[in-house]
Amino acid sequence: MNADTLIPLIFGRLTPEALPLHEPILVVTMIVVALGGVALVGALTYFKLWSYLWKEWFTTVDHKKIGIMYMILGLIMFCRGFADAIMMRLQQAMAFGGSEGYLNAHHYDQVFTAHGVIMIFFVAMPMVTGIMNYVVPLQIGARDVSFPFLNNFSFWMTTAGAIIVMASLFVGEFARTGWLAYPPLSGIGYSPGVGVDYYIWALQIAGVGTTLSGINLIATIVKMRAPGMGMMKMPVFTWTSLCTNVLIVASFPVLTAVLALLTLDRYVGTNFFTNDFGGNPMMYVNLIWIWGHPEVYILILPLFGVFSEVASTFSGKKLFGYTSMVYATVVITILSYLVWLHHFFTMGSGASVNSFFGITTMIISIPTGAKIFNWLFTMYRGRIRFELPMMWLIAFMLTFVIGGMTGVMLAVPPADFVLHNSLFLIAHFHNVIIGGVLFGLFAAINFWWPKAFGFKLDKFWGLVSFWCWVPGFWLAFAPLYVLGLMGVTRRMRVFDDPSLQIWFVIAAIGAGVIALGIAAMFVQFAVSIINRDKLRDTTGDPWGGRTLEWATSSPPPDYNFASTPIVHDSDAWWDMKKRGYKRPLSGYRAIHMPSNTGTGVIISGLCLVMGLALVWYIWWLAALTFIGVLVVSIAHTFNYKRDYYIPEDEVRQTEEARTRALAGTEA
Amino acid sequence: MSADNHSSEAHDAHHDADHGAHDGHDHGSFKTYMIGFVLSVILTAIPFGLVMTGVLPTQATALIVMGLAVVQIVVHMIYFLHMNTKSEGGWTMLALIFTIIVVVIALSGSLWVMYHLNTNMMPTHEMSGMG
Amino acid sequence: MSATAIKIDDPNVFHLEEEPHHEEGASTALGFWLYLMSDCLIFAMLFAVFGVLGGNYAAGPGPKELFDLELVAVNTAMLLFSSITYGFAMLAMVKNNKSQTLIWLAVTGLFGLAFLGIELYEFAHLIHEGATPQRSAFLSAFFTLVGTHGLHVTFGIIWLVTLMVQVSWKGLIPANKRRLMCLSMFWHFLDVIWIGVFTFVYLMGMLR
Repeated sequence: MNADTLIPLIFGRLTPEALPLHEPILVVTMIVVALGGVALVGALTYFKLWSYLWKEWFTTVDHKKIGIMYMILGLIMFCRGFADAIMMRLQQAMAFGGSEGYLNAHHYDQVFTAHGVIMIFFVAMPMVTGIMNYVVPLQIGARDVSFPFLNNFSFWMTTAGAIIVMASLFVGEFARTGWLAYPPLSGIGYSPGVGVDYYIWALQIAGVGTTLSGINLIATIVKMRAPGMGMMKMPVFTWTSLCTNVLIVASFPVLTAVLALLTLDRYVGTNFFTNDFGGNPMMYVNLIWIWGHPEVYILILPLFGVFSEVASTFSGKKLFGYTSMVYATVVITILSYLVWLHHFFTMGSGASVNSFFGITTMIISIPTGAKIFNWLFTMYRGRIRFELPMMWLIAFMLTFVIGGMTGVMLAVPPADFVLHNSLFLIAHFHNVIIGGVLFGLFAAINFWWPKAFGFKLDKFWGLVSFWCWVPGFWLAFAPLYVLGLMGVTRRMRVFDDPSLQIWFVIAAIGAGVIALGIAAMFVQFAVSIINRDKLRDTTGDPWGGRTLEWATSSPPPDYNFASTPIVHDSDAWWDMKKRGYKRPLSGYRAIHMPSNTGTGVIISGLCLVMGLALVWYIWWLAALTFIGVLVVSIAHTFNYKRDYYIPEDEVRQTEEARTRALAGTEA
Repeated sequence: MSADNHSSEAHDAHHDADHGAHDGHDHGSFKTYMIGFVLSVILTAIPFGLVMTGVLPTQATALIVMGLAVVQIVVHMIYFLHMNTKSEGGWTMLALIFTIIVVVIALSGSLWVMYHLNTNMMPTHEMSGMG
Repeated sequence: MSATAIKIDDPNVFHLEEEPHHEEGASTALGFWLYLMSDCLIFAMLFAVFGVLGGNYAAGPGPKELFDLELVAVNTAMLLFSSITYGFAMLAMVKNNKSQTLIWLAVTGLFGLAFLGIELYEFAHLIHEGATPQRSAFLSAFFTLVGTHGLHVTFGIIWLVTLMVQVSWKGLIPANKRRLMCLSMFWHFLDVIWIGVFTFVYLMGMLR
């Protein structure tokens, strides 16, 4: 036993070479992040905030706080994902006429991989989960989700996954395979380094969180609705959340299984997706898209729900066609399992298979079309208020519809043979994701921010952000449609044809305009916080809302509702307001609540270390942390006392404060 | 308040002793477990016997074996898992049906797709019987 | 409760007077069932992989050379017995008989261990013969599908032991009964998956 055998035993394949000190961009990033990190930690310590953060936020089982933490995670990771986008746009605008640009292939390939992985798994998913978590229990008149501890655990597992991805930036490298990591490129033969392993463990750990969150929200919606709220009286956002979480529970296990098989190929030498010994890489593509297609509906359905709430609230009208909205959502949920092959028409399954999936793909656009008409008919003859959420709805309808149409173009197999993996495809999915998911998230943030924080967002800076985002998006992606039709392939780093450059330059300018839009959004947050007293909402219902979340104060008390509401109609709050309900001013009772716990943080932390240990082949650490996870989980189950009561006095005080605030408003 | 608690506990215990289904879940009985067990034994013995002795032609054996597996799964669902349309207001059954639909689509779809992919794209690949 | 039912129908009443007694753990059974559905999907994918790659022997050994159906029959019996003994444990639980519950749980655990022991023996034998998971896609799929099932049984046994400790300690309180119910669902579900395994892997494998 000497240093030569001991060091690999302790450190696995981790060596000082893992620090990318030869890459100047990364060195600068490391320094900036390190300084920023030190500043943050320093500030938190100086202001003695650790105890507050731990007790009030990290260990919380309150769905509202967990929802906010998901949003913060998503926004932070959005900055990283967008930085990757800017890097790509710059590189592609430059690399003509013999120029190699400023990114070598080794780096560039990681950038486009990380961009996709981060945007889908660590921006869109957390933010969608965040709004569902925050809003759904309030909309159904519940006090929390069915499994509050699991909720906290899910959040920290997602965060652990995000940390693993970020770690790859500074220690080792990330995958260079694209966001879905197809084998054989992602197999151990062609990707022997740590990159794909970082990818695998980040996704598997985050995936556990997501799947559990799906189970949690389905159980919540099924079991914890207020009395009188039958399924067809639920708010549309709750319906879309239900379908989304069904998709999550019924698709993420597929991802788990496929990634596990890739992991076995890489770690154990099995032959699922290898080129020899009977393996078949095409099976990976097939399985991953059985997950992948429902995934994109997981991303968009909640935002369809947001748009339904926004359309009715800011048109002052009941949503048009509630029943058809519900049916359309359910139909989309089921049909999303019948289209997955359209992601690999060109892999060679032949005409009969391609035709079937081409037809199903076109069919699935129909229920979405029905929804667009329902939103339009909701707005028709309404009293439209052009608040920011309504503006984002309009931008969505104009943007997303075009993206959807290009999707129908791609659904035609012969057309797809030309357009597959071209920039046309890139333009299409960014069109629907940005136009649909991102614009929807902006609408949701502007809509529900007052509920969460007690003051509205500044409208001026919101408009600045809006007017940068919408033209910026079109500037950035319309050129890509043109380039795609001209035959330009995706993920290219260097180009030969100088006539293409102008389009890439326009796209880069568009990305710059979007960057201004993002900056304006953060300015909006800052300005709103600074001016919060002027923007204060004391009613709890700043928009003339229609659903139960607006019946609570802004922000709601920990227990949401002092007494459980009884629902008589859809648009329950609107119904209550119209028929002159009176808030109960007496009869308060102690309220049963779940206790905070640190177990979620601890288990996720152990999983984080375990993931990193597996990436670097530090077997003893992986085994130790795995046992740790088991022991902590089992120990947690020995704690039977996980709840407490909010005393009646406290409830009365909170409710009386609200009564005073409401009276002040009316006066 | 505590008097209420005590009487409700006594009431529940009383119910437990009576028919043991006060929590809304079906727990079965000795009789139903034995029926399920005996059926399972038979439905296991026949396939094993057919394959190990080879008395029937392969095609027929395969069909019977698969068919009996489906039947035994249903037996397990009813007699061991107490599957019914009432539990959780029908949501348990709905979840099961939806899962089965997704599984059938994913399984049959994968087999169909991979069969075509293999035929078209792997010409030197041994076409040993699939599914 | 019936008083509340009347109030729900009254369109002018918007709040419950009495808080509904939200039973502790009312969502647990449904939540666990949903988890089982997700687990079912994972197994379905492993079956799909076995279906697609299960014929790729890569000029290596196939089912006819490798499978010992008698051993598999014994194994199947072990698991089936463990299912029925868990059922007896549940019947004892419903009658609030703590010691009987614990005894039947212990017997279940022993049958489970027997199942695992036989399976590990089978795996060791295969590997000794050169039929390793790395040898071919067929063997990769075989070991992964059967092994994943075995891993689930292992976790089930760990859970079973934990529950035995907890039932000994706290008795058959509602929380422990809920947990026993969940383990019951888990255990029977594993037996359902095994039906799929012995049918499609072992029996159909011999018929290919």
